[in-house]
Amino acid sequence: MSKNADTPRPIRRLLIANRGEIAVRIARTAREMGISPVTVYSDADVNAGHVRACDGAVAIGGMTPGESYLRGDVVIAAAKRLGADAIHPGYGFLSENAAFAKAVEAAGLNWVGPKPDTITVMGDKVQAKRMMEAAGVPVLVDVVVEEDTDLQAAAAHIPLPIIAKAAAGGGGKGMRLIEDRDQLEAMVEACRREAAAAFGDDRIFLERFLPGPRHIEVQIVGDTLGNVIHLFERECSIQRRHQKVVEEAPSSAIDEELREQLTSAAVAAGKALHYEGVGTVEFVVGEDRSIAFLEVNTRLQVEHPITEAITGLDLVRLQLEVAQGRPLPLTQDQVERRGHAIEARLYAEDPATGYLPAAGDLHMFEPDLEVAARWDSGFESGALVSPFYDPLLAKVIAFAESRTEAARLLERALQTAHLQGPPNNRDLLCAILSHEAFLEGATTTAFLAKHFPDDEARRFAPTPQMVRDAAIVAALAGEAARNGVDAALSGWRNNPSMDQQVDFGGTNPFVLGYRRRRDGSWLFTMPGEETLAVRRFSVDGRQMDVEIDGHRFKARYSSVRAGETHLWEVTAPHGHAGLIEEPRFPQPKPAEIPGATRAPMHGLVVVMAVKSGDRVVKGQLLCIVEAMKMEHQLLAPHSGVVASVSVEAGAQVETEQTLVIVDEDEEEA
Amino acid sequence: MSRAHIGAPPSSLIRSDVDKGSERYKRNHAANTALVETLEHELALSRAGGGAGKIARHRDRDKLLVRERIELLIDRDSPFLELSPLMAWGTEFDNGASVVNGIGVINGVECVISGADPTIKGGSLNPYSLRKTLRGLEIARQNRLPYINLTESGGADLRFQGETFILGGQYFRSITELSKAKIPTLSIVFGSSTAGGAYVPGMSDYAIMVRGRSKVFLAGPPLVKMATGEVSTDEELGGAEMHAKVSGLGDYLAEDERDAIRIARDVIGHLNWEKQGYGPTLPATPPIYDAEELLGAVSAEPKEPFDVREVLARTLDGSLFDEFKRGYGNNLVTGWGSIHGYPVGILGNNGVLFSADAEKGAQFIQLCNQQNIPLLFLQNITGFMVGRDYERGGIIKDGAKLINAVTNSEVPHITLMIGSSFGAGNYGMAGRAYRPRFVFTYPSHRIAVMGPAQLAGVMEMVSSGAAKARGEPWDEEKSATFRAEYEKQVESESTAFHASGQGWDDAVIDPRDTRTVLGLALSAVHSAPVAGTTGYGVFRM
Repeated sequence: MSKNADTPRPIRRLLIANRGEIAVRIARTAREMGISPVTVYSDADVNAGHVRACDGAVAIGGMTPGESYLRGDVVIAAAKRLGADAIHPGYGFLSENAAFAKAVEAAGLNWVGPKPDTITVMGDKVQAKRMMEAAGVPVLVDVVVEEDTDLQAAAAHIPLPIIAKAAAGGGGKGMRLIEDRDQLEAMVEACRREAAAAFGDDRIFLERFLPGPRHIEVQIVGDTLGNVIHLFERECSIQRRHQKVVEEAPSSAIDEELREQLTSAAVAAGKALHYEGVGTVEFVVGEDRSIAFLEVNTRLQVEHPITEAITGLDLVRLQLEVAQGRPLPLTQDQVERRGHAIEARLYAEDPATGYLPAAGDLHMFEPDLEVAARWDSGFESGALVSPFYDPLLAKVIAFAESRTEAARLLERALQTAHLQGPPNNRDLLCAILSHEAFLEGATTTAFLAKHFPDDEARRFAPTPQMVRDAAIVAALAGEAARNGVDAALSGWRNNPSMDQQVDFGGTNPFVLGYRRRRDGSWLFTMPGEETLAVRRFSVDGRQMDVEIDGHRFKARYSSVRAGETHLWEVTAPHGHAGLIEEPRFPQPKPAEIPGATRAPMHGLVVVMAVKSGDRVVKGQLLCIVEAMKMEHQLLAPHSGVVASVSVEAGAQVETEQTLVIVDEDEEEA
Repeated sequence: MSRAHIGAPPSSLIRSDVDKGSERYKRNHAANTALVETLEHELALSRAGGGAGKIARHRDRDKLLVRERIELLIDRDSPFLELSPLMAWGTEFDNGASVVNGIGVINGVECVISGADPTIKGGSLNPYSLRKTLRGLEIARQNRLPYINLTESGGADLRFQGETFILGGQYFRSITELSKAKIPTLSIVFGSSTAGGAYVPGMSDYAIMVRGRSKVFLAGPPLVKMATGEVSTDEELGGAEMHAKVSGLGDYLAEDERDAIRIARDVIGHLNWEKQGYGPTLPATPPIYDAEELLGAVSAEPKEPFDVREVLARTLDGSLFDEFKRGYGNNLVTGWGSIHGYPVGILGNNGVLFSADAEKGAQFIQLCNQQNIPLLFLQNITGFMVGRDYERGGIIKDGAKLINAVTNSEVPHITLMIGSSFGAGNYGMAGRAYRPRFVFTYPSHRIAVMGPAQLAGVMEMVSSGAAKARGEPWDEEKSATFRAEYEKQVESESTAFHASGQGWDDAVIDPRDTRTVLGLALSAVHSAPVAGTTGYGVFRM
């Protein structure tokens, strides 16, 4: 095979060993470079967006990551089958798996990422810290714990709070914050279990946790010729459960001096590692401006688009250039930054129930294209949010000259997106972006815990006016669906006795009445007899141009049947609201089963602690359902005898599925 | 089932001469607006039921009002054309005669819906209630519309047993006649339906009973005890469960009223019902003129003439009208147009009928029968022309031609009273006696054997002649008083509300609703086959 002088190892067909937004995003750049993107998909991803975004794909079966995207041998076989000459691992899954990287190279394929040795060293957080320590970078005091370690003794020299981390980990998986030494054993055990499940490696370590710090990371890129440059920093301090939620570049918290310290340290680290490809050196910055090395992420970061926005560079392109053996196309002096970029991670989760991950049909996923923001997503309307993978719906990135404007633009992009499906964190993201503390730059890792400390603080309800407007839009959309557009005889009466009525249910049920007037406008009667004049200028099944009480706007809407009800979602420039429309003729409801414990969400039963006939006391553990890294303990609602157990450990269960029924003790009832 | 467009709409636009700034327009607009307000007031009375107390008691029993039942029964956002809402106006009975009748759409099927209002005297039927109910059944039969009875009635109002006994029998006979004609009948029994009333579900194709609510028996516990000494309860004698499980009179057992209505909708849904008319066949373009202007264009005072084309300009699709024989027989306007896509042939009065007008009308009716096009009669007629020359010219035999054609025409007729309807003109223009499918009237309408002033004049001449013959004094003053009083009496008996109260029409309508009402009527008419006649009586030449 002949090779171009500047491209020693050309890539023609690239297998993307990933899914979701990152696979779609990598495919885009590959195409731009004349490279044909191909991919793999699990049984759960038969209709996933990343499959459609690529030129070819191979089904690798399985549902969970362990059964699918984590199976390196199967992925390599797929690459061979598709005729790919390189593998891009994206982030997560196999991206920081040195053994896999080695196997890829051994199979004669080009590995898009740092050398396997680099991954090995940096993948072991303990080893990485030691190496950085040796290179003179400040680190936080820590201790590695084995299964038989005396935890209390080992942790005695680490000041509280302490954080337990998976040695092999990344992305916050398994992390536990310990604020009380009594919790040590329990937390370490939980961390170990999650680490084993996520990385197949249950080694963990304990580290001092700097309260109120900022997470600042520096993007580096190195080539095969030994050049290493940095692309400035990103700040990723706003986190929940040690997962990043809002990221920005540049950091608003550091001055040029600190920036110089951080970027130099990062480049030095990269050089020491002979780093090839893109990588991220993470630091914590204390309130006293002290910095400490955290880890090196030997992969493309989730939040890489904000660096792309401020530098104008395409990081995936850089990866592919380096992987093909080309030198970096620019020197440090040529890297310029401009403006400010902010990224928000839109998750299918419910911040108001402890960020409970959500899954299900994503009926509508329609960003407002008139708001200039970048949406990286693997989803489209009608897609399924699988319970098996990270519920990241999209990364939304706004870029502007100033930080304030970027925040405003991003908030607008999120607010105006029409989303219907599982619960999402959009409202929380908007609340963060418009929060005074955020706008002032007071973004520490404690931001959410401080400003949105509990479920109540993270519960966002639409304004009464938005609910009203949404209900009117839903009513008129229903009317148009039944009658066609502008039916002159809609609801006509020569002896009118009552309005057309729509029953909305949910926590605050209400009835809306309306009638069409002679001039084609509508008169709505709200709960409480208030009447409103409404005009509908156009309606097309998705969008309505409407005037309510003198306020004209365009609203997007959608509805979906859920049992006998219809769920509506209405998005307007001034907000969004979901509504439940009750059926006109409800079917008789089946009686509620007393003593039934139902699955709180779609997930896996990891522990079934009882069997039929067992006596249980109120609050006793019945079973544990795991969904998305989270374990949900289900407890007995009352004391009594277990009447039935409908699932076994290992079973996948649906939301609201009955798991256990406990007959209540007569004397207690 | 509607076909694709057949033929084409007319290309001639009606040119309106209405001057909205004129005194005449303003005067008529004010007067007609006042009449419409009166109509709304009278309709409000028709909706009031048995009053707040009775309604509250009805609701306390967790029952829906008859209009609420209808609103739930029909498709959401569908139109409902209430019929005879002012039946019994001006009598001792409530406006509407304690029955609601109308045409509504249930699962896409136009049906006649009829229900007694149980908040008025327990839903018992007076003679007007029965006449109204029978009219609903006639509309169902003539137009082939499924018939649904919302049954909850104490039976005949026994204070008027003499006037209701025979009509009651007609009621049950009519239901089964519909069934024979393959027009489905359905009774939802919301409450008691006893004695004769038991034959409403009894004669219906389908009977839906509501658990704990329906009571259907020939005789209640007291009467049974009187008759045979047997002690029984309502439920044993005629409860919903008994009928659904034992007697077989109930075909469906509903859990509650809403459930019963849901079941009724399902029954209509499975009828496999197809309309047999051919329309609509043309585009339903709205008129180019504003219907609001009808209030100013139409004379509020019947003596003041106006051009019937002004009504057509605000009623016909696209204000398009293909006028037939314009220039011949100018007092009768004839031609073709369409309303909500349904083709119609129109005969409209522009004054008293002369021989040429009558002949023109007779010819036009024959043409529409050849073409299977329904006829719309717009009545504003003071009668046929009288006088020596006209009698000599054969006005009787020419009028007879028109009446012959109207009588024997078999395409559906719809009559709209837009002004006067006096004398034989009422007959020639498809008055009530000529059994049009529907009759609607404007609030300004007047109907009598002749104009009140003429009638008073004639009566004054007769009376003064008789007085003089008896040798009684009869001076000018007495003559004027007699005429004024008699005219006032005739006036009051010739109003649209009086006519509607007597059941001479199917509704008094707001003129601005003309197109809507006629469109709904035409749609109903097309539920049955629409075909012209093949024969007439002898046309006297």
